Amino acid sequence: MGQVPHRDLSSDRPITVAIVAMGGQGGGVLADWIAGVGRTHGYCVQATSVPGVAQRTGATIYYLELIKRQSGLMPVLALMPTTGDVDIVIASELMEAGRAILRGLVTPDKTLLIASAQRAFAISEKEKPGDGIADSGAVYEANAVAARRHIVADFARVAENAGSVISASLLGALAASGGLPFERTAFEQAIRDGGLGVEASLKAFARAYDLVRASPQRVITPTASAALGLPSLPSSVGVAALDQLLGRIRGELPVEAHSMALVGIKHLVDYQDTDYAQQYLTVLRGISEIDRAHVGSATGFLLTIETARHLARAMAYDDVIRVADLKTRTTRARRVSTEAAIVPERQILQTTEFFHPRLDEVCATLPAGLGAAIERRPRLFKLLDRVVNRGRRIRTNTIFGFMQLHLIAGRKSKRRGTLRHGREMAHIDAWLDDVRRYAVFNPALAKEVVMARRLIKGYSDTIARGQSKFDKVVIGAQRVAHRTDAAQWVKRLHLAALADENGDTLDGALKTLATLGPQPQTDGNSAAHCTPEATV
Amino acid sequence: MAERSFAREVQDLRLGAGDVFEGEGILAITKALLQCGVGYVAGYQGAPISHLMDVLADAQDILGELGVHFESSASEATAAATLAASVMYPIRGAVTFKSTVGTNVAADALANLASGGVTGGALVIVGEDYGEGSSIMQERSHAFAMKSQIWLLDPRPNLPSIVKAFEDGFALSEASSTPVMLGVRIRACHVTGSFVAKDNRRPAFTLADALNNPRRDTGRIVLPPASYLHEKEKVEKRWPAAVEFIKTHKLNELFGDERADVGIVLQGGMYNSVIRALSLLGLADTYGTTRVPLYVMNVTYPLIDDELVAFARNKRAILVVEEGQPAYIEPAIHAILRKAHIETAVFGKGPLPAAGEYTTGILLDGIRAFVAENARTMLRNDVRIPDAKPVLEHPAVKALAQVVPARPPGFCTGCPERPIFSALKLVEKELGVHHVAADIGCHLFSINAPFNIGTTTMGYGLGTASASAFNVSANKRSIAIMGDGGFWHNGLTSGIGNAVFNKSDGLTLIVDNHYSAATGGQDILSSRAGNENRQTNAPIARAVKGVGVEWVREIDRTYDVGRMRDTIREALTTPVKGPKVIVASSECMLNRQRRERPLIQSAIKRGQRVVRQRFGVDEDLCTGDHACIRLSGCPSLSVKHTGDPLKLDPVASIDQSCVGCGNCGEVADAAVLCPSFYRADIVHNPNWFDRLLARVRGSVIGRLTARRDRQRLVFPV
Repeated sequence: MGQVPHRDLSSDRPITVAIVAMGGQGGGVLADWIAGVGRTHGYCVQATSVPGVAQRTGATIYYLELIKRQSGLMPVLALMPTTGDVDIVIASELMEAGRAILRGLVTPDKTLLIASAQRAFAISEKEKPGDGIADSGAVYEANAVAARRHIVADFARVAENAGSVISASLLGALAASGGLPFERTAFEQAIRDGGLGVEASLKAFARAYDLVRASPQRVITPTASAALGLPSLPSSVGVAALDQLLGRIRGELPVEAHSMALVGIKHLVDYQDTDYAQQYLTVLRGISEIDRAHVGSATGFLLTIETARHLARAMAYDDVIRVADLKTRTTRARRVSTEAAIVPERQILQTTEFFHPRLDEVCATLPAGLGAAIERRPRLFKLLDRVVNRGRRIRTNTIFGFMQLHLIAGRKSKRRGTLRHGREMAHIDAWLDDVRRYAVFNPALAKEVVMARRLIKGYSDTIARGQSKFDKVVIGAQRVAHRTDAAQWVKRLHLAALADENGDTLDGALKTLATLGPQPQTDGNSAAHCTPEATV
Repeated sequence: MAERSFAREVQDLRLGAGDVFEGEGILAITKALLQCGVGYVAGYQGAPISHLMDVLADAQDILGELGVHFESSASEATAAATLAASVMYPIRGAVTFKSTVGTNVAADALANLASGGVTGGALVIVGEDYGEGSSIMQERSHAFAMKSQIWLLDPRPNLPSIVKAFEDGFALSEASSTPVMLGVRIRACHVTGSFVAKDNRRPAFTLADALNNPRRDTGRIVLPPASYLHEKEKVEKRWPAAVEFIKTHKLNELFGDERADVGIVLQGGMYNSVIRALSLLGLADTYGTTRVPLYVMNVTYPLIDDELVAFARNKRAILVVEEGQPAYIEPAIHAILRKAHIETAVFGKGPLPAAGEYTTGILLDGIRAFVAENARTMLRNDVRIPDAKPVLEHPAVKALAQVVPARPPGFCTGCPERPIFSALKLVEKELGVHHVAADIGCHLFSINAPFNIGTTTMGYGLGTASASAFNVSANKRSIAIMGDGGFWHNGLTSGIGNAVFNKSDGLTLIVDNHYSAATGGQDILSSRAGNENRQTNAPIARAVKGVGVEWVREIDRTYDVGRMRDTIREALTTPVKGPKVIVASSECMLNRQRRERPLIQSAIKRGQRVVRQRFGVDEDLCTGDHACIRLSGCPSLSVKHTGDPLKLDPVASIDQSCVGCGNCGEVADAAVLCPSFYRADIVHNPNWFDRLLARVRGSVIGRLTARRDRQRLVFPV
């Protein structure tokens, strides 16, 4: 059979554009605008989308192809992106940019990636009892490898500041990128032709356009969320009682721990009074002395720093008095007003608080003797609980509602006599006793036991659950205390405890721990048995 | 009122001969129907043809002017049965639904229709929900066409081809007395493009004509002996007539130079992707010029033996591009060629994967392998073939796979179904985990985090039916979920009626959001809004009681989580025997916002007093346990780092998208979570009384807080 005669094949190729977004983010509007620009400027444009439930808040994709119109020729355009063959990817959220890279839509020889830097956290990130937020840094690293050129900035904020939505600012970024062969005015005309929210859209468009034009290789690198700015210790704040606390920090604690101790006393003065902060410093000083006597300086006094952090949280336990106090402050009213974007002349703000006190919390706030007496009488307890235990909506903008909380907050001076206080102090003592003991022979273990205190947080059932997890970790720590890898084990238990609500992962890890001998055989072996590692 | 309005776009349906129509696939389909002189249209919504139903509903006026009757059918079975109007009368009719699920429901009516045959052209427009974005099991409509002998069209996915397929489909149906199924794929429904319009045609013979002059012919009714004759007629008369029509009118197309050594046989719907794959391999160009000849089957059933033989003869090998499994076309081509004693090698599943969507990338790999094996010299070395593999192998990209979280669809912000599942989760905390039979609808999102509720889903409206077997004595009762859409579709009889009749003891939770919400908010019988063209406001509870359920509870505000929880608990623990039904009603928030937001905004602009609500979290109080999120999953309830060195975990935070549904506060109360949530009522345009009251309260509260502020010792840094 003879060879087929070679007619010349045209080398024209369409410009391919993929918009990756979440349902409800306006990806369709952006696609319409881009299609509009193309059509009015001599291009054949085909746009497709995937409809259906994917558009209910899930990840979804819009796809366009644009090719210069040639008379007499009908282009055959694809209805879906081809991996490795996408010219422009526009991502309306950072992790969606990551997803596009994983799908092979972003390649170094071809793709201009325009991504908005803001995060909309997925359920899997939000539902963890600890910090489940995915590492944005990984996306930035992949962007740099995968894209021919990438433009990343918080286009959601740009849009919000302009009173518009992200589709408008992304269009501005696209126009400024030069990725499509159209002038700025052409894009703006498409917004006008769309006819909805034109002024605000144009404003957002312009701001994003200018932002990208100002630095075309623009990448907003993430600031690590963990690197929190710690205050430095001032020499004096002009109040004698406070200055005395500052003086004690300076005189009694290693310099590495000064900032955290300052945060601690600020928190405790705010929570209770200067005496309470004094008490805190005394305990902290004891720990720091053990720390100093052992490996403290070599580790940057991490044990002291972490104790400063967690002891402050532990002493400032969240009781009814604290809740009432925080809910009735001027600063709080101001913050709520800002969050609700209140314009004072034209709007009035009313606030309703959602409380559901149980008798447990009420007893805990009573003087220790009285509270304990009620607790000892199950029938009385049940009866009183029936009266107390129900949802209460308190309108704190009304005088009556406000007064209720204001009066409870006023019981702050009586806090030291409450049932709860005694229990919290006993719990702290037991915890720190362990810490002091471990610090002598295994400072790393002591530090991990300090940090496990993070598990205790929340109210009612939540704090009970946290406490039980914490207790399990502490018992686990006691069991492995004499192993050389004890610190790693406690850290694993700690992270396992944060992996799920019920503590199933923690229980699994504890089971593994129970099978251990007194000493690790080899490093490799003990790691291989360790289930929690995988969940970390 | 549907989620998306096409009021503006439907005006394009009036375009006349020679005008250029520009727009979306579904609008082009509607225009094509009108150009074909269709007499009636019916259907049931569901992606990807939901918007087709919306377009038709919005085009009511234009349909009316042309004398075209349109029905929103109760189910796909109803829609398919509607085509009975074309059995005896020369009226063209079209119905549409999602496939294969809708075709499953419609199968009985379709089989009866196909047996007796039709007089007027009968078109079944199936939205093939296959591949990316699909929400159903991955199956093919092809099998339905084959089993009932309904011709199947799969046109090339561009508007002129799709529009032509409608004209061809009606004519083919009439020429062969056989209903015709026309498949449009997900993306084709929403592809934008243009075609040259024709004038709309009024039906020559109307439904009223039929009613006034009824005709009957027992030969067309499916009952012996006619049913035996139908089968013979199918193969002896209708099949040859169809083949003749398809050949004469050249419904299938040939592209490229037929003398080539190899060729590709493909479903019309795959054409654009095949051309793109070929052009990336340097074997075709963007305008469809191809060096590999293509036989494009715009009709995928029946196959035209002569055409296939002619195409394959003198070729070393052909590749069959047939998406989905099992393959029907490829084995049939094998048989056709063997019978014709043609030795051409047939490839298909092999170079191409047996299952899954044929994306351009997959076609590219398959076609390259096929050409490399059978016509290696055609492959060029100077073509850059796109390849994402190297970048996907890069460590930085591989690391990303562990980082990027899954983002499945979920309940919208303020969704009234969320509190139902919050309540159910709370009940399960008390009474233990239960067997929950899920259904189809937005409520199926409960299967994902954070609720993780629901074990099976057996089909639309079949939630209660799928719990039927659990009608035995045990310590726990079964729970079934059913949506209002599924309820009217069939659940009233298949689930509730069945449970009454069989004396079931289980609980059915009917989720009533006032619409067929998952498919885009179309009205149904129990919708609360008035609808000019439809009868609404039929209460679900009355229907449930009507079929004999004694234990019925109605909750008219699902956001009341405490009441919801107590009612579910009661249903699961009451000594009362027999089916329990809870009807939980609140309006779909997406629809409610669309309806109310413009009204509220204009009221505020006009200076009227309006109170709007939103929720917030006191970040000082939140300790970052996220128990609230595990009972909600609301998109507007997120987390953030506070910057407080004492707080390592991010705290809960509510963003500006909050619609103030109240779920957060209700859950915090019902689950006894924490006091961090607050509700902000924002009074716009307050009246004099509001102002006075606010001033008095403000001064008293201000004085109290100021006094305490003075007592408080504060670090000035």
